[in-house]
Formats: sequence, structure tokens, C-alpha cells
Amino acid sequence: MKMNQEWKKHSTVVRPGMYIQGKWHKKVYVIKQKLGAGAIGSVYLCEANGKPAALKISDKRSSMTVEVNVLKSLGRVQGSRLGPSLLDVDDWTAPSGEKYSFYVMEYLQGEPMSAYIRQHGKEWIGVFMLQLLEDLEQLHQHGWVFGDLKIDNLLIVLSPPRVRWVDVGGTTQVGRAIKEYTEFYDRGYWGMGTRKAEPSYDLFAFVMVFLTIYYPNRFNKDTQPEKMLFRKIDEAKGLRPYRLVLRKALIGKYVTSSQMKKELLQVIHNIQKQHTVTGNQAQPTRQDPFLLEAAGISFLAASYYLISLLFQ
Amino acid sequence: MLKKGTLKQILLITDGCSNKGEDPAATASLANQQGITVNVIGILEDDQSEQPEGLKEVEDIALSGGGVSQLVYKQALSQTVQTVTKQAMTQTLQGFVNKELQQILGQDQSLEDLEPEKRGEVMEVVEDMGETCDLEVLVLVDTSASMHDKLPTVKEALIDLSISLNSRIGRNRFCIFNFPGKRKDIQKVLDWSPALDSISSIFPKLTSGGITPTGPAIREAMYQFGKKTLLRSLRDEDESGMEEA
Repeated sequence: MKMNQEWKKHSTVVRPGMYIQGKWHKKVYVIKQKLGAGAIGSVYLCEANGKPAALKISDKRSSMTVEVNVLKSLGRVQGSRLGPSLLDVDDWTAPSGEKYSFYVMEYLQGEPMSAYIRQHGKEWIGVFMLQLLEDLEQLHQHGWVFGDLKIDNLLIVLSPPRVRWVDVGGTTQVGRAIKEYTEFYDRGYWGMGTRKAEPSYDLFAFVMVFLTIYYPNRFNKDTQPEKMLFRKIDEAKGLRPYRLVLRKALIGKYVTSSQMKKELLQVIHNIQKQHTVTGNQAQPTRQDPFLLEAAGISFLAASYYLISLLFQ
Repeated sequence: MLKKGTLKQILLITDGCSNKGEDPAATASLANQQGITVNVIGILEDDQSEQPEGLKEVEDIALSGGGVSQLVYKQALSQTVQTVTKQAMTQTLQGFVNKELQQILGQDQSLEDLEPEKRGEVMEVVEDMGETCDLEVLVLVDTSASMHDKLPTVKEALIDLSISLNSRIGRNRFCIFNFPGKRKDIQKVLDWSPALDSISSIFPKLTSGGITPTGPAIREAMYQFGKKTLLRSLRDEDESGMEEA
């Protein structure tokens, strides 16, 4: 594809050790190493005044502007950590004369979610599910839908472990057409809904994120996609406790992320109860990551739910 | 600043070069002058390199037609069809905005010369327009012999395109022609309609012919846009005749 050739071009234009100075704000960044490349541009680890930051650069300048607009709107969501914070936006002219746009954001250091769960155990699945739903809930309540929700766009930052979004380029205003998506995570591809930006679009992708942990090589759709996805959930051992909630999310039964979170919490409570009954009787109050998360979140969920009822 | 309008696009899906009639880049240029954008998707064979000589034409047609081109393997067709269509919409709308900006700021000013903050505001307007404008897409499918085994994938990709575009706020109209037609340069597969989910039954019946008259096909396609309005004005006088044409 043509896109890929443009990537090759980037990687030769921007190299580690290079200095990049912005045309408008005159700040200087030292390129350290390449972190990744996506549909719109490449991301580099850089250093500004001795501090690490992530710099995304591309010659698709209008697409970059659109992404910056999203980051700015998310930044206006008060007290939230939805997406990395934006530090600078500028233009750069390569020695060859080609013009690029770039933006600099907070550098998030962490581990991929699959690796983390593999290493620390499947009990973290429920924790990350709740964290992710909590963030989606905030995003949706502010009138946005994540769009391109996939495992590559998520990172587990440590102490304490927390899911963070690293690429919010696909974030779309509710009611519009999804800006960017990846087929495997897209309900349109599976013939299970439209590409209209609504909370249920993200909740479908949410299920696919957790399926990806058990099917890292993914799988292709067959003639009965719905049946197939249900089967894949049933066959993933770690997802079994959540299977009914995940099924409902797949077929768009949840209109809001709060509804889904409420039912997920119920499931997690039940798991905990079983644990305390069948498990260590002597320490029924042992502090699981679940319990901490669950208590706080269930209070939030209940209040959001009540508020949402008031406005219906 | 700008009133809501209708964007017109031809989406040409082909796998090789034209071998009959006028230069397709020239007809694409004519179409562009009449406010129609020509986008081209070139399908590569699985064993073909990414830059085959014969498909240079694909880029030339899109350049003259003011549109977007992309070479792609069959497997990635769905996503490419919708990216190309949306990219071309943004490109056209940005073109309008740039013209307006030049009137305000002077000849040499374009969107990309604005400082990042202002550019962001203007791009928001462009995005709004892309979401709300009406869109007409004429899909022109090459059904010459070598395309035969790619047609099921093309069908899937077009249904997918209709899902994407119908998730927008603005309205859409699609029609599909294939070329070469049995007796004419192009042949109607599906008349103007708001969605493409009805094509599943039509597509398998498409027969594949030998030659590739891309130039004449674009010329004929161009007339299909004017036809509706022409039809409306002539409806009382000569409706059956127009239908036949």
C-alpha cells in the first residue's frame, strides 16, 4: 500500500540523534528512538530540556491537526487522564524541504496489557475491564466515542497498575461517523452494527480487546459472525466468568457504559463471594485489587446510574 | 462562509491499464473541471510487487481527476475503499476552504501556512462539512477478464463502504456501473440509491469481458451525474426515452 511507502520515507527523514526545531514555537527536541508507526504518522521518544516526551510526526498535516483537536478537547475534560496530555504543536521543515507537522505529548511508560496479564494472572482481567469502562464512561459522558479502541492503543502504567490510552486519534464526537477503526475490532466488519459513533460501538471493541488476549493471532470471520464470537468467548477460559456481560456488549444490548459496568461489577462481586467461601476462610477481608476497585467504582456506578435515570 | 452542498465522486476500481479509446487521465481531467472528483483503486495480484509499471496509470488518472489513488492487495480492499473516499472528500473540502482563505488572506496563503492553533479551528470546520455534506458516489468497476476472481471482494468492499458512509449525518447516493458493457462502454449495475446492501444478488451475475476501455468509461460515467436533473426537467416530455438511455 502507498501508506507503507510513506512510512519508509519518514523513518529515513527522522533519525535518532536529530534535532527538530519547531517553526512557530521554536522549541528544540532531540530524537532518541522510534516508538512506533501508525496510519497517520510515526511516534518517537524525544527529549526536551532533559525530560523525556513522545513526539508524533507526519506529512499528513491536516490529519495531524484533527488529532491535535481531539487531544485538546480531551484535555478540557476536567481532572481526567483520558489520553496523554498535549505539550506542544508545531511544524518542521526537513533538510530536504519537505514540510511536516508534529506534536509533543506526555511519554507514558508501561507494559502491553496482554504481557501484564500473562505475567500477573487472570484476576487482573476484571480490574482492567473496570478501569477501561470507567474511562469510557467519562469519555462518553463528555460526548465522545473512542472509535479505534484496540489492544495496541492501551498500555498498563505501573505503581499502581492502571490502563492508559496511548493513541486517541480515532476519537469521534457522538452521533458522527467513526473516524478511524481497525477491522478486527469494528462491529461494521463483523456485520453487527453501524459505524456511527455511539457508546455501544466502543463496548463492542471492548469485548474484542479482551478476546485478543486469548487469541493474539486474531481470527477471520466466518459466515455466522455472531455465533462465532460467542463461541470464542466461551472457549477463552479467563473470560468465562464475564461471558454473559461480554455477549450482551457484542450484540449492542448496553446503551451506556454505565449499564455494562454495573452488570460487570455484579459478576465480580459474585466471584469474590465464591473466593471468600471456598478460599481462605480465616481472612475473609483480605484486600484484593478487585475489592478496592469494586467498592469505589460501585459507588460511582450507582450514582451515575441514578443520575442517568433522572435525565431520561 | 460555505453553504452545505453535494460532493460528487467517481470511484474507479481496476486491476490494469486501459487498452481502448481516449487517455483516461484526459477524461478524468474533464470530469474534475465539472466538479466531479475521480478516485482510483488499483488492485494488485498477490504475487505483484508494490510498484508495477502497468499501474502507473492509476496515479495519473487520480491526479488529473483531483482525487486520491491507492494500489492495494485484494485483502485490504474494504478499508482502502473507504479511506480513499473519505480522504478525497476532505481534500475537496479543504480545496474550497483554501480558496476562501486566499480571498481573505491573499494568494499565497493556504491552510497549512496558518499557525497551528488557527489551523485547528479551520480543520474543525472542514470536518463538520465532511460529516454533514451530501455525497454522490458513482462506482465504476472494471470487469475485464482478469478481474473475475476479484469481484466477490469488490462486492464486500462496496457494502462496507455504504456502512461507513451511511454512518455520517449527511445523505448519500450511490450507483454502480461496470465496464466494458455488453454493447456500450459502460453498463448500469445499480441505479442511484441510498445504500448498497442490495448488490449481493446483482454482483454474481456480472460477466467479464476482454478489453478495458477506461477512458470512454469515465466519460460516460461523468454524464450520469447530470442525468438526474436533466431527467427531472424532461420528465413530462420524454421520460421513457431518458430511461432507455
